[in-house]
Amino acid sequence: MSRSHSVSSAVAVSAPRRPPPVRETGAIAWLRSNFFNNIHNTILTLLAAWALLVTIPGFISWAFTEAIWLTDDPKVCRTAAGACWAVIAEKHRVMLFGTFPFDEHWRGVLVIAIVIGMAIVSAFKRFWSYWLFVAWLGAMAVILVLQLGGVFGLKETGTFEWGGLPLTLIIFVGTVVGGLPMAVLLALGRRSNLPVIKSLCIGMIEITRGVPLITVLFMASLMFPLFLPEGITIDKVLRAQVGMILFFGAYAAEVVRGGLQAIPRGQYEAADAAGLTYWKKTTKIILPQALRIVIPALMNDIIRAFKNTTFVSIIGLFDVLGATATALEDPLWVLYAPEAYMFIFVLYFCFCFSMSKYSEHVENDLAKGRNF
Amino acid sequence: MNETKPESRDLAAETDTDVIIEFRHVHKWFDDFHVLRDINMIVGRGEKVVVCGPSGSGKSTMIRCINRLEEQHEGDIIVDGIELTDDMRKIEEVRRGVGMVFQSFNLFPHLSVVENLTMAPVYVHGTPEDEAESRALELLERVKIPEQAWKFPGQLSGGQQQRVAIARALMLQPKVMLFDEPTSALDPEMISEVLDVMVELAEAGMTMIVVTHEMGFARKVADLMVFMDEGEIVEAAPPDIFFENPESDRTKLFLNQILTH
Repeated sequence: MSRSHSVSSAVAVSAPRRPPPVRETGAIAWLRSNFFNNIHNTILTLLAAWALLVTIPGFISWAFTEAIWLTDDPKVCRTAAGACWAVIAEKHRVMLFGTFPFDEHWRGVLVIAIVIGMAIVSAFKRFWSYWLFVAWLGAMAVILVLQLGGVFGLKETGTFEWGGLPLTLIIFVGTVVGGLPMAVLLALGRRSNLPVIKSLCIGMIEITRGVPLITVLFMASLMFPLFLPEGITIDKVLRAQVGMILFFGAYAAEVVRGGLQAIPRGQYEAADAAGLTYWKKTTKIILPQALRIVIPALMNDIIRAFKNTTFVSIIGLFDVLGATATALEDPLWVLYAPEAYMFIFVLYFCFCFSMSKYSEHVENDLAKGRNF
Repeated sequence: MNETKPESRDLAAETDTDVIIEFRHVHKWFDDFHVLRDINMIVGRGEKVVVCGPSGSGKSTMIRCINRLEEQHEGDIIVDGIELTDDMRKIEEVRRGVGMVFQSFNLFPHLSVVENLTMAPVYVHGTPEDEAESRALELLERVKIPEQAWKFPGQLSGGQQQRVAIARALMLQPKVMLFDEPTSALDPEMISEVLDVMVELAEAGMTMIVVTHEMGFARKVADLMVFMDEGEIVEAAPPDIFFENPESDRTKLFLNQILTH
């Protein structure tokens, strides 16, 4: 093992810097690398192309070329080979607004506009502050006035008359605005050192997570009134809303807790060493980082909360899906339920897909310049 | 061990105003593991104490007791006249007077460098933001990275991050600075830029307790070297005696190990 027998060697050079070698580009190269890069993928590509060729023409002729777009006579549809989109035009008022008085539907339109407008405003990071939360509370107050009526010369409309898309949006916004703070408090409570708070939060989360949403809604709508003293009733929509908030809060709390656990101990220690109080440490150091980590998972829960609003039809509230089902009870139009549900499908997809796209955008935005 | 008790009391009584930190018979356990065994130590105002010892010897735990990141199970710790107990107000008061620098920097990654610095004065002392900001820029000048003020921690090198951490700890104008292995996570070429800042701080008269294996630094600034092993203070001596003529065999063995290579 003498050093003179060593075989290791290296060559010292002075090589100039240069750009990386050019790779193959263009449409054909792209197709080859994405669709035909080996025998299996080529077979799959051909199979998929065949399946599309078989199905797409049929769908196009049903949905577009043979379809009836507008008519108030269902008999016209019966003779057509394609879809009967006329059902949407005919029934859209009931589908979108349920049992809300016909002449007051403009109030429902305003509610929808406010919610969508606020959602768009909230999408811009420069508006993110506590004021945005206050603005949402204000918007909810306006929405309540519009829906309840009875003031400013608006016709009084009880919650039993609410329905359709406004009801869906109200329950959804109420669930998220009420559920997120609750989720954060539950998650913090679950990690608390105080045994009473800790066990209360664990109990709350585990019990709510341990039962299906339908059970929570049935509890809220059927069992809860039995426990109330005589003469006191709590509004049905409110009870459903509280049930939805509890359910969303319990799930989102576990998501937030995951984020809290991902924050290294050193962050807590650095905040402690600087003399920050518990609440300053939590709100300025820990939560901003924890919530950023859980945005994708939280958005998942929020999208699920939007779809979960359809469950309220089980306890007799007419959300947009329930209202559509009611609208289709008309025997003249009942044949065209698929077309009506297709419309609802597109409606839900638009809402959920924009939320999903938005969360993706927020993630990318927050990741900029801060590699952690 | 009992005969040290009257001695440390007397020392404290004689030079009361010059003492800033005192440990009296401090014990601590991690579950069944006796991690601190009868720690007695006095740190004089303006003096620099360097603590060394093998890993697991309890040196980090000891200095973390000073700002109550760890709590002792027996014995007393007095920081600038305040005795550390469960009383949260006293703990917060002590923490306001003690700055700490960690091995892993622990900067707040979601805040810019300046915001990292202004966080404590703004939220602990209620300092107006513009005042805190100008002080932050001054301190960044002092640790020689004024040009990094508006970046985020993730964009800085380890050495720069640690200097930001030192500046952050200085924002509350602490009476004592604790350094918990400040250069152990750094690449070799960045160690000296951090040590330079620490030497400067020492020369400016700051009271410092430094856990480190940088023996060159220790020789240069330490008033007292403390060697810990298995939870005990094995040897405490001024650096010239400690390095040239240590008493204990364990110290000799340790010095031998870290000074070879």
